[in-house]
Amino acid sequence: MNKRLKTLTKGIIDVSPLMIPVVPFGIIYGVIGMDLGIGPYMTLGLSIIIFGGASQIVLLQLFSGGVSSLVILSSVGAVNARHVLYGAVLSEHLSGLKLFWKIILSYVMTDQAFAVSNDYFKKNNKDNDQHYHLLGSGFTCWTIWQISTILGIVLGSVVPEELGLSFTISLTFLALLISDFRKFKNIIVMLVSGLIATIGYNTIPFKAYIIVAALTALIVAALLTLMDLKKK
Amino acid sequence: MHWSLIIYAGIITFVTRFSMIFLLKEDILNNKAKKILSFVPAAIFPAIIFPPIFLDDSGIVDLENNPKILAAIFAIIVGFLSKNVIATIFVGLISYWFLIFFIFNKI
Repeated sequence: MNKRLKTLTKGIIDVSPLMIPVVPFGIIYGVIGMDLGIGPYMTLGLSIIIFGGASQIVLLQLFSGGVSSLVILSSVGAVNARHVLYGAVLSEHLSGLKLFWKIILSYVMTDQAFAVSNDYFKKNNKDNDQHYHLLGSGFTCWTIWQISTILGIVLGSVVPEELGLSFTISLTFLALLISDFRKFKNIIVMLVSGLIATIGYNTIPFKAYIIVAALTALIVAALLTLMDLKKK
Repeated sequence: MHWSLIIYAGIITFVTRFSMIFLLKEDILNNKAKKILSFVPAAIFPAIIFPPIFLDDSGIVDLENNPKILAAIFAIIVGFLSKNVIATIFVGLISYWFLIFFIFNKI
């Protein structure tokens, strides 16, 4: 098999298990869109144009609450601000690419694609075609998200809410952190982030609790790293 | 809803993803910065994980009548021991279902 195709396939395979919870999430999103009466085209349009699950649901919630456009857009920005950090992490591996590639890969960069491809990049740093991995993982997310959005639009509310399928979203992100569970510094950073987000969920405006928690946790990470370097 | 709102939201989202990939050149980050950025998943994911687990529908911390906390603990134990992503997700979900059906009688 061609090496690029191999890397692309590796990206698809690596991200696939993480797609299991995305399907119910997409269906729930589709159902919410239809319940709010924005119609099938706009519901799918949001998935294609924004392509960010949590921010799409926040947008719909705020819109149905009659909130002003400015607040809605700030909230979408706040929910998606974490991507800036993903970009900073991945830039090291993608900076040599043509602009066209950077645009395509940015569009498909989701939490799940970032997590698996960042791991792959770290392990295959010398490989010139490593970006095919992100192309594979990103477009797998994209395809699954669009299909499950359509399923949600078509099926309506047949998925029983009691099964708690939205809980699988938390579980996916938890599973993405398992390699950090054995590192003491990472556990501290995780606890700081989680606690601030939980406390700030109701108190930080514009749904900015994720980025506020993340930046605070990163400052803690920076302090821990600098303390470590000083010791040596 | 206006399509313009959707398009603006799409542009904002794209800019969050594109900005750093576009702006940062290779080797602009020193080793210290790279080391700190390696904490990004640990700094972001718990902020997504914690609130839906610990808060109830009205946004109040619920520690007692909350099967999600126990299910998450089982998932963490399995993740810690097995280092396997799929096993972690499945044990979390299956123990959650077990808890809501038999222990917490939520259904």
